[in-house]
Amino acid sequence: MQQVNYTIDSQRRLTDEVYEICLAGDTRAITTPGQFVNLRLDGFYLRRPLAVCDVVDGHLVLIYKIIGRGTDALMHMNNGDSLNLLVGLGNGYDMDACGDHPLLIGGGVGGPSLYWLASELLKKGKDVKVILGFASKDKIFYEDEFRRLGAKVLVTTDDGSSGIKGFVADAIPEAGKYDYIYSCGPEMMLHDIYNATTCDGQYSFAGRMGCGFGACRGCSVKTKNGVKRICKEGPVLTRDEIIWN
Amino acid sequence: MANLKVNLCGITIDNPIIPASGIFGYGYEFADYYDINCLGTFSFKGTTREERFGNPQPRIAEYDYGVLNATGLENPGVDAVIAEELPKLKKVFHKPVMANISGFSVDEYVEVAEKMGAQDQVGWLEVNISCPNVHGGGMAYGTNPEAAAEVTAAVRKVTKKPIILKLSPNVTDITEIAKACEAAGADGLSLINTVMGMRIDLHRRAPLLANTTGGMSGPGIFPLALRMVWQVYNAVDIPIIGVGGISNARGVIEMMMAGATAVEVGAANLVDPYVCPEIIKELPAVMKGLRINDINEIIGAAHGSASKGSGNVAHGN
Repeated sequence: MQQVNYTIDSQRRLTDEVYEICLAGDTRAITTPGQFVNLRLDGFYLRRPLAVCDVVDGHLVLIYKIIGRGTDALMHMNNGDSLNLLVGLGNGYDMDACGDHPLLIGGGVGGPSLYWLASELLKKGKDVKVILGFASKDKIFYEDEFRRLGAKVLVTTDDGSSGIKGFVADAIPEAGKYDYIYSCGPEMMLHDIYNATTCDGQYSFAGRMGCGFGACRGCSVKTKNGVKRICKEGPVLTRDEIIWN
Repeated sequence: MANLKVNLCGITIDNPIIPASGIFGYGYEFADYYDINCLGTFSFKGTTREERFGNPQPRIAEYDYGVLNATGLENPGVDAVIAEELPKLKKVFHKPVMANISGFSVDEYVEVAEKMGAQDQVGWLEVNISCPNVHGGGMAYGTNPEAAAEVTAAVRKVTKKPIILKLSPNVTDITEIAKACEAAGADGLSLINTVMGMRIDLHRRAPLLANTTGGMSGPGIFPLALRMVWQVYNAVDIPIIGVGGISNARGVIEMMMAGATAVEVGAANLVDPYVCPEIIKELPAVMKGLRINDINEIIGAAHGSASKGSGNVAHGN
């Protein structure tokens, strides 16, 4: 973990409620895809955790959905403004655990946590397939970005307005050959994926956190390997250790 | 150089800054972030006889001036703490540590106190009779003077280490509990534990915390904690650790002027993991600005020449 002040380089609207923010600053403490940052906002007591989407040459890309006053305040910040982040939080995905055909599945703003992972797995020569799930056509983002990396991308929408109609788990049979799962999204979605597959995999959970760095035990969950803090030993848990609520 | 050393129940600590129980685990993980030997000491995670997972999720909620938690005393149990956590701490922390203990019966407090009191690393026992997030224990002992005295007296018998009773603000008159603990043999008091509160999720039309209620901490409770330290200082003659919403050196000084010998810093660590070393670093300059040479001179200084033990809170001004 490291506390770093970043400067906002740019913000880009991806949908009516999802934004991409690009920050400049020291990214050395961010070591693995699937880690997260915890962002301090003026006027809000607790920090806001956001998954790392991408890291390139001292630049950090995050994607957030406006879900409350905190994220709304972030959207209204200007280029050049400073943001205080705790970075390098969480375990991240284990990239050595998968076979040659990893299937990456993201729901909504869970998708961005898989972007850097997809990029790294492709560099390792893996056959990367991605399923991205959204509520409807107008909520889709990052489909093209994943395709440009070279991944094979399937999109699902709940209402069928684009791609495959249904939830992400419904698209798994159409993904082709896969031997490992990486997934990030709402817990119900993760559970669906777990039930729809039998291969090993890693599931990234979004717990309600206090500190984000292991101090408060606000986000502890029971696993088959004992109690784990989502913010410290997680957010990524392996299939064999998850205990569903 | 200003003197920051204070005597806390017979043990001199380098400065009065103590991370509070519940936000600092068993300490060694913070040693990855900074040298925790800069602290006066710290109070480790509330430990019970048996292992506890704590309350269901979600356990954390926010309010404008702080945080609510309903963790519910998650800890690995006293034997595992002694076997596994304290040895890890020993490698990175070379000062006496404050052992925060809790229980669901007087017997449990006694057993945990006896085991913790026997550890060389432990300087003080902080006896938590004020956790608002568990049922049938914790706060049940801290909201009744007779029960508080019973726990204090029972723990007193099984350890020679200083015992500090951690008091609940969720009472009508905290001075009654404070006096009962002092009379039963407490060496010090720490106050306040979190204030019971709640939040509602507007979309779900239901309490935000799975436990319904949680303990409020953060800057929003500072004036409440300060008032209670002020009152208790008037009521007892044993040292007080002031706890509640402190996040900078000025807050430390204010709490000490109200009567605290040392302070615990809780919620602020969750937002800024480096807040305690920052406070320790800024204290001498803030003291200099206030013409304080020795931090001991400000303990209770706001009470002026009014005699201690004179009873209730002074009239407002």
